[in-house]
Amino acid sequence: MTKAAVRLEAEAIFAAFQAAGGVPVEADILLPAEALLDLYGEDIRARAYTTQDPLRGEMMLRPDFTVPVVQAHMADGADPARYAYMGEVFRKQDSLTPRASEYFQVGFEVFDRASPEQADAEVFALISDLLAPLSLNPTTGDIGILMAAVRALDTTPTRIAALLRHVWRPRRFRHLLDRYAGRVAPHPARLRLLKALDEGKLPKTGPHIGMRSASEIAARIHALAEDADTPPIPARQAELLDDLLSLTAPSPVALERLRDMAVDMPAISAAVERFADRLSAMAARGIDVSTLPFEMGHGRSTLEYYDGFVFEFHSSDLSLPSIAAGGRYDALTQVLGQGRSIPAVGGMIRPHLVAQLKGAA
Amino acid sequence: MTLKIGVPSKGRLMEKTFDWFGARGVQMRRTGNEREYSGAVDGIEGIQMVLLSAGEIPRELSAGRIHLGVTGSDLVRDKLADWSMQVAEVAPLRFGHADLILAVPSCWVDVDTLDDLDAAASAFRRTHGFRLRIATKYHRLVRDYLTANGVADYQLVDSQGATEGTIRNLTAEAIADITSTGETLRANHLKVLEDAVIHRSQATLYAARNSDWDAGLPVLRTLLGQLGLAMPDLIHRH
Repeated sequence: MTKAAVRLEAEAIFAAFQAAGGVPVEADILLPAEALLDLYGEDIRARAYTTQDPLRGEMMLRPDFTVPVVQAHMADGADPARYAYMGEVFRKQDSLTPRASEYFQVGFEVFDRASPEQADAEVFALISDLLAPLSLNPTTGDIGILMAAVRALDTTPTRIAALLRHVWRPRRFRHLLDRYAGRVAPHPARLRLLKALDEGKLPKTGPHIGMRSASEIAARIHALAEDADTPPIPARQAELLDDLLSLTAPSPVALERLRDMAVDMPAISAAVERFADRLSAMAARGIDVSTLPFEMGHGRSTLEYYDGFVFEFHSSDLSLPSIAAGGRYDALTQVLGQGRSIPAVGGMIRPHLVAQLKGAA
Repeated sequence: MTLKIGVPSKGRLMEKTFDWFGARGVQMRRTGNEREYSGAVDGIEGIQMVLLSAGEIPRELSAGRIHLGVTGSDLVRDKLADWSMQVAEVAPLRFGHADLILAVPSCWVDVDTLDDLDAAASAFRRTHGFRLRIATKYHRLVRDYLTANGVADYQLVDSQGATEGTIRNLTAEAIADITSTGETLRANHLKVLEDAVIHRSQATLYAARNSDWDAGLPVLRTLLGQLGLAMPDLIHRH
């Protein structure tokens, strides 16, 4: 597949996104590393190419478009706004698989307060229609329902915040949930410390060193003592959360299951009804939702910063990465908007994979 | 010479390597004067010994410029992306043991586990406005480990030596480093996290998947036969 052929494919998709109302937007290729590191954490270093600018410090080759497009919108965007972008992104590949480290992405982003479910359906249907000739397999999910369930847990705000912080890290989330539900015992080191606190004598240590101050340490000891006195999350609620996390079904079946669960967990009702509204909006746009796969856990480890609807399109060749992906990222606009925020949803297509699949067909 | 073996060029790692091969009937020795990096292998025809810094052996294996190499498993895993696609582990040599661990100031009485570190990192970032700094030279191993375990709100800062001193110097809040006894840690008022051994390293004999094995394979068979080791699967494919 030549780069010229991929560019042609990209331009066709870009034109379709503009025809759907996307205003073309350009983003820098060299981005300040700081904003990306603040958002993604150290993990981004394993994926993005980093370089040094003599005056501006550490820079990264654009690993995706979402961050620069959101930044541009939050700085001086119209409200509502629809954007289309096309360009190359750069991803280090840390394994010897034949995945590209430099490839085109073409995307469509909607910033609209009016009706989030309509906007979700608009982005999904636009991409689904464009990819229809390739007979891809879609997967959808909704991180918003999961977050609503966590917020509704009968426990302290501190524990809820800790769980929400790790929604995108399934392993640590599971570990925290098991601990808060009393399903695993605290580490012996924790019991030692609590016993010492009870007896009023903290372990003797060396001198204080480092930037983390004595008052920060004291504050955490206080928090630990408080947490030790917190009753476990009720077993019934932890089980419901387990059921929620393992929910995988065609969308209408998933909706019924979620409505059943909402009887025991009324706090997720609003999020579940948004899911129902989204399905109706998708059906109105000609999507066959009766077989559309829904996985509650979808997008938790690979699609960070999404906090609502998420979707991916895969080919039957499972060695290929997703051909298209996207989702809702309302909270990201708040993080990058310096106090302001706007509901946002978007998706991108990888034209080199589209061209490759068309060539193979 | 048809088979090149890279061996650490000095210190205990070199001596122990010589001892290990010697105990199995393959004599390694340095040649020339004691400052000259040249050596020889007696007992099997066709092997050339290349004395190299242990830190460079992974790179030479990756490039296929040596067929075999002895170095620490920590170095191979940290320096080579997708290491097991580039080299095959022929045998652990049961010396040069050292653990790559995470350590924090011992005055952090509230931090003993990875869970604690993660929680402390979250609070640290809120208080100080930047991510908690972990000084290390093992970037890949440490990052992969913390990612796999879902630790957030940290950053790695590079430290190529005297890593234990970075906390006192206020250039890091925690460290990830190799320790064999822990004495240096204690002397610098640090303690090891109890549930976070990132890697248990030891000297290991590796074979390079990228080397030209056409002429080297018969020599390797003889050598492995003498050492009582099985042929690693990669080489069968050639």
